[in-house]
Amino acid sequence: MLKLSWHTISGHLILILGAIFMTAPVWVAFMSSTHSAETLFREGLQAWPGGHFFENYNEVLFVEGGVMKRVTASMMLWNSLLLGLGFAIGKVVISTLAAYAIVYFRFRLAAPLFWVIFMTLLLPLEVRIIPSYEVVAGMGLLDTHTGLILPLIASATGTFYFRQFYKSVPEELLEAARLDGANAWQFFIDILVPISKTMIAAILIIMFVVGWNQYLWPLIMTTNEDNYTLVIGIKQIYQVLSEGGELPQFQKAYALTILATLPPVIVVLVFQSWFVKGLVESEK
Amino acid sequence: MAEVKLTNVNKVYPNGAHAVRGVNMEIADGEFIVFVGPSGCGKSTLLRMVAGLETVTEGDLHIDENRINDVSPAERNVAMVFQNYALYPHMTVRGNMSYGLKNRGDSKEEIEQKVIEAAKTLHIEDFLDRQPNQLSGGQRQRVAMGRAIVRNPKVFLFDEPLSNLDAKLRVQMRIEIKKLQRKMGVTSIYVTHDQTEAMTLADRLAVINNGQIEQMGKPIELYKDPKTLFVASFIGSPQINLMSAQYDGKILKSGTLEIDGFENLPVAEELVLGLRPEHLRIDTKGKLAMNIDLVEQHGADNLVYGTLEGAKNEDGEDLELCLRLNQDQEPSIGETITLSYDHTNALVFSKETGKRLI
Repeated sequence: MLKLSWHTISGHLILILGAIFMTAPVWVAFMSSTHSAETLFREGLQAWPGGHFFENYNEVLFVEGGVMKRVTASMMLWNSLLLGLGFAIGKVVISTLAAYAIVYFRFRLAAPLFWVIFMTLLLPLEVRIIPSYEVVAGMGLLDTHTGLILPLIASATGTFYFRQFYKSVPEELLEAARLDGANAWQFFIDILVPISKTMIAAILIIMFVVGWNQYLWPLIMTTNEDNYTLVIGIKQIYQVLSEGGELPQFQKAYALTILATLPPVIVVLVFQSWFVKGLVESEK
Repeated sequence: MAEVKLTNVNKVYPNGAHAVRGVNMEIADGEFIVFVGPSGCGKSTLLRMVAGLETVTEGDLHIDENRINDVSPAERNVAMVFQNYALYPHMTVRGNMSYGLKNRGDSKEEIEQKVIEAAKTLHIEDFLDRQPNQLSGGQRQRVAMGRAIVRNPKVFLFDEPLSNLDAKLRVQMRIEIKKLQRKMGVTSIYVTHDQTEAMTLADRLAVINNGQIEQMGKPIELYKDPKTLFVASFIGSPQINLMSAQYDGKILKSGTLEIDGFENLPVAEELVLGLRPEHLRIDTKGKLAMNIDLVEQHGADNLVYGTLEGAKNEDGEDLELCLRLNQDQEPSIGETITLSYDHTNALVFSKETGKRLI
């Protein structure tokens, strides 16, 4: 017999309510995205499926829209993917290398330099967005993927995580590798990177989601619709809504929102076990 | 096959700590040398200097005819076994053993053959495809040794390799290391703080204290004929009994206890008399009266602990004495027994200089 105590019941009740509270907006957005513009305009948000799923998503994904009528969601999806991946990979590469230099090369000023890097946490992109824009503009990188990604990949958080991890790697491993004839680069590639792979995976996942969700920087950086990311696309659709004399295309906005949510969700779901492992376990 | 020569080797760390002070040593081809000493005495630093993991501040290191002060660790052709094994956790046993060979540029077939051969020697051929975290401590230690022997180095360096193993395994691995070293005939340097390991493994033993070699020689020489108080107290288990004493020209006195039979000792100098636990015996006519506090039965022999009446230790407290008896001699606690000692084995040191007088 299953015994239900008050603790289990109340515990589950809270969890279920919490889950509903968290997922309800997503559900409503998804359901609304399957209705026609007319239904949404007349009746507001929808809680149950409508009949325009294929129609709406097909239109958003493949029919060119936007102010210039040139941009499709699949294009924006591709841009977002590039930004997310470039952002995540760039951050991991830069921060592993920076942490490696700080921990293993006893150069003067290593400690102060680390704290300088660490202090950039106090200066998020939003604070330095004008100078960053200046620099990127000066380099002629406005409206390019490089310009979109490059200024974002320096990562104090990543450097800090990897530094902590490398510091916990026993010194003897380096010494054994030196006796085995490995040079600094070989030690990094052959030993350090493989043993931090779960950690790298975890950071990649987090950074991918963060990169995917970037809003302000791409908004300022990209003027050409070809370079729009999904997040920017959503904003643009609403802008079109409020300007044009046409019927507001809410269903498209919701479809875009759902499309924008999907990749991060999939990434986290698929790599969940790695993600947890990387943050919890230290396998040495 | 190699001779190792250390000439006036010094190590001063940037913070001013003088870890190794003028060490001179010649190690013959195939010899098994053990560095023993308390922690922080500089023995590991010395070993790591030979390995190339620490720079030499002053002096010269030679392997055979080559001065290796500035040669990189890999090119010295030495192999080291670490206390915590330092296996590459993401590589299989095979990967661990072949990594050095790969970096050296050996061919695949050559590597495979060498790895198999070394694995057979160490009885780890069944584990070649496992990862270190799937192995027990003893097996990991074997793999670490495999990684060392597979490169066929000129010199083996061991940095307290058995300290992480349990007591039984430690004894077993100790024997295996000794056998392996005999068989391969590779010059070896082994660092330990365990005097039993040191005694049993070494062809020659270097007792290191405060960055200097106190004495170097065959283990039994160091045991029987220690040149300093430090060596006498470090070598031998249980530790030698030490009592402070003064000589008045005829008789050696410790507290109120009078000990005769000594001649030609300096008068009016603080002395230390050392008697090993096995050189004392129960003797009804003996002059040393001991009150028994504790009897430890080790099986083959019994260790008896108690205070010696009248005698004082180096700090001026009542002397705690240890006595080794056969298993059939088992005095009871609280009992007072009288002991005699063997003059020929008694050691007398100057307290001030630590030098041996008799």
